[in-house]
Amino acid sequence: MATSLKQPAVADIVARATALFEDLNFSSAREWKAAKPGRKVIGYMPIYVPRELMHAGDMLPLGIVGGGDQLEVIHGDAYYQSYICRIPRSTVELGVSGRIDFVDGMLFPSICDVIRNLSGMWKMMFPHVYSRYFDVPQNYKDEIGGNYYINELAELREDLGRLRGKPITDAELANSIGVYNENRRLVRELYNFRAGKPWQVPAAEVYLLMRAGLVLPVEQHSDMLRDYLAAVRVEQRPKRDNCRIVLTGVFCEQPPLNLIKSLELAGCYVVDDDLLLVTRWLTADVPIDGDPMRNLALTFLHHSESTAAKYEPNQKEKGQHLVRAVKRTGAEGVIFACPSFCDPALLDRPILQHVLKDAGIPYIAFKYAENSGQMQPIREQAGTFADSIKLWSGK
Amino acid sequence: MSAGTKIVTPKAAPAKEVEKDASMQKQKDMMAAHYDRLTGAHETGAKVCNTFVPGNLNELIMCFDLLNNLPEINAIQSGLRRQSGGYVLEAEKIGHSEDVCTYVKSDIGMMAKGNIGPNGKKMPDPDVLLLSYTGCFTFMKWFELLREQYKCETIMLHTPYMGDGKITKNMVEYMVKQLKEEVIPKLERASGVKFDIDRLREYLKKSTKAEDNLVHVLQQAKKKPSPIDAYFGGIYYIGPIFGAFRGTQDAIDYYDFLREEIDERVAQGKGPVTPDGDMGKERYRLVTEGPPNYTNFRQFWKMFYDEGAVVVASSYTKVGGVYDFGFRHDPEKPLETLAEYCLGVYTNRSLPMRIDMLCNYIDEYDADGLLINSIKSCNSFSAGQLLMMREVEKRTGKPAAFVESDLVDPRYFSAANIKNRLESYFQMVEQKRAGARAA
Repeated sequence: MATSLKQPAVADIVARATALFEDLNFSSAREWKAAKPGRKVIGYMPIYVPRELMHAGDMLPLGIVGGGDQLEVIHGDAYYQSYICRIPRSTVELGVSGRIDFVDGMLFPSICDVIRNLSGMWKMMFPHVYSRYFDVPQNYKDEIGGNYYINELAELREDLGRLRGKPITDAELANSIGVYNENRRLVRELYNFRAGKPWQVPAAEVYLLMRAGLVLPVEQHSDMLRDYLAAVRVEQRPKRDNCRIVLTGVFCEQPPLNLIKSLELAGCYVVDDDLLLVTRWLTADVPIDGDPMRNLALTFLHHSESTAAKYEPNQKEKGQHLVRAVKRTGAEGVIFACPSFCDPALLDRPILQHVLKDAGIPYIAFKYAENSGQMQPIREQAGTFADSIKLWSGK
Repeated sequence: MSAGTKIVTPKAAPAKEVEKDASMQKQKDMMAAHYDRLTGAHETGAKVCNTFVPGNLNELIMCFDLLNNLPEINAIQSGLRRQSGGYVLEAEKIGHSEDVCTYVKSDIGMMAKGNIGPNGKKMPDPDVLLLSYTGCFTFMKWFELLREQYKCETIMLHTPYMGDGKITKNMVEYMVKQLKEEVIPKLERASGVKFDIDRLREYLKKSTKAEDNLVHVLQQAKKKPSPIDAYFGGIYYIGPIFGAFRGTQDAIDYYDFLREEIDERVAQGKGPVTPDGDMGKERYRLVTEGPPNYTNFRQFWKMFYDEGAVVVASSYTKVGGVYDFGFRHDPEKPLETLAEYCLGVYTNRSLPMRIDMLCNYIDEYDADGLLINSIKSCNSFSAGQLLMMREVEKRTGKPAAFVESDLVDPRYFSAANIKNRLESYFQMVEQKRAGARAA
């Protein structure tokens, strides 16, 4: 069979990622599961799970980040009061409506009380699905938080081995660590490339590529990233007189795609963000040699992203990740976009704003919901912010 | 208007004297004395440790001669005194979102307005923040906010969540290690007092005595009529044990006294005391889930006792720690017992565990049904309560009702709506009874 050696174009790659993003029935994951008897799919919510463990057990980790603005929530609203954020209700909708009925397990990471409580709801609503609250340490000492985490990982590994019908070996895990290291390197490369030339890599495209990483097998996602990087380097795109901003607060409930597009249309190039952190939570390669569980645990402790769901033991370090992100990417300001009723993001925001103020970095803030439809106020606010940076920053 | 016309503003009727049991007065005096100790700290030189109610480590804190200051209790006091509304607005004015926990905003607003305690004196700055992170994610952010303000030693004690409905060896070992290698050395450093494990054991022994009596008192609600209200009245009863007194002789004395008082009510066949005196005929026995509203506490309570409704068991009185299943602080394993206490608090239990507890209460206390007071700004309690309500109804066959308010934000207390809902609920209970009789 003849195989075309032609590189896919940017538009083709983005079209594929868009199709994956828009598919609320998760057809590609269903097809992956159906392709081989015995395959399992494990769903997970934000903010981080060690996907290597599932991969090592021949399973597909499937990121579930709510229903977005295209899902009509009919049942989900009956489970939540009006003052609870959107992501749990649309996730319940995905479950109740059968859209994720092929999922064999669900992981609920330690991120907030709402997702924590959803883990118990899931056990009751879907008793035949394996579900687990995935706790991570808030103590970062090797012999304290590290040991605790290794044991938590071991419990999860045993559970997954039982689901597969065969224990997960160290060799399998080491191999999966290597595969995910490569994926994270490509993600970092894409983020670095965007920071250098944001006009070449629109924020919406980066977002769609990261979303694809939530549903595709990691090897396919890495191929997609390689193809995109190759294609986008040769395609010339117009450079606008936009300012450069870091987008933060968007680590759990997802902003509508239109919101991300609106920011750039309003004059703000997004040069860094905390969207879909699972794709780059670990900021360094996990060592391949040695005990893989310990390697995963220690990398988590010492080389992972900073975010509101994580305790920062050092007051002086609090919020510095944002200052560093601004410096690293040459950003001129920060946009806080927080989901309504999101305790972690909204409680963290004043502290982070004080840090930015002390560092002389301008910022704005607004709230959104995953189904926000009206972008005009956000566009106006972001546009004014961009103008103020361009006109008054003195650069 | 003629020159002789005089506009007279109608005077409010003099406030009716609130009736209190002797134990309630004693509790109030204990709290007042504690606030005086706190506000006098700058004179006495006492050092202050801010920490949280759920899973609080009062026995450990006392080992370092530290005074325990609980910001949730301060927020409650502000709510009861109708000051929290202004504090919440102040916090929102300085950048805190309208969506987040009002305990936090009341605390931040109180600080911004001079940090005046309920006794009218300035509250002390903490020497140390003990971030006992148990059952509520917001705690972590709250103390990060306070740390930014006070720039003092902040100690994290992370309590894993009982997601799978059990305490594992790994969880306990993790917590004990944190206590040994992080919490205790840092408390020693902050206080200048060396840790003495025998001193801890002595406090823990005292805790057990008080805990036994609290459990006895709460279980008297199984009697008919119930001699206590285990929600509104229960808040008085849990004050000392979940506050700054567990492990002290004061707590032992208080709970001895309370036990005698409640036993006496039982002997006399009395129902609970309310702010308007002894409650009339007991007509409805309820189990409640969720915290109460504090800005309109008496008004909220009155909606119950006016209808003859008494709360016989509540999840809120387990928010500091759960003793229902036999847990008592164990001086023989002092650090492990602290870990197990923190792990077991109500909001650190999975949703299925919470539902089991509520169903058991309905059975054991022969309740007519469940009432959920869903708190706008408390996700730890509120997320999942609608499912809890349906599940409890399904399992017990008893009706459940859902009202909404807030902890200390008066903007979210709508008396007419709540009263309406309660009245409908009581009618529903009557209908269920009539149906049962007909069957």
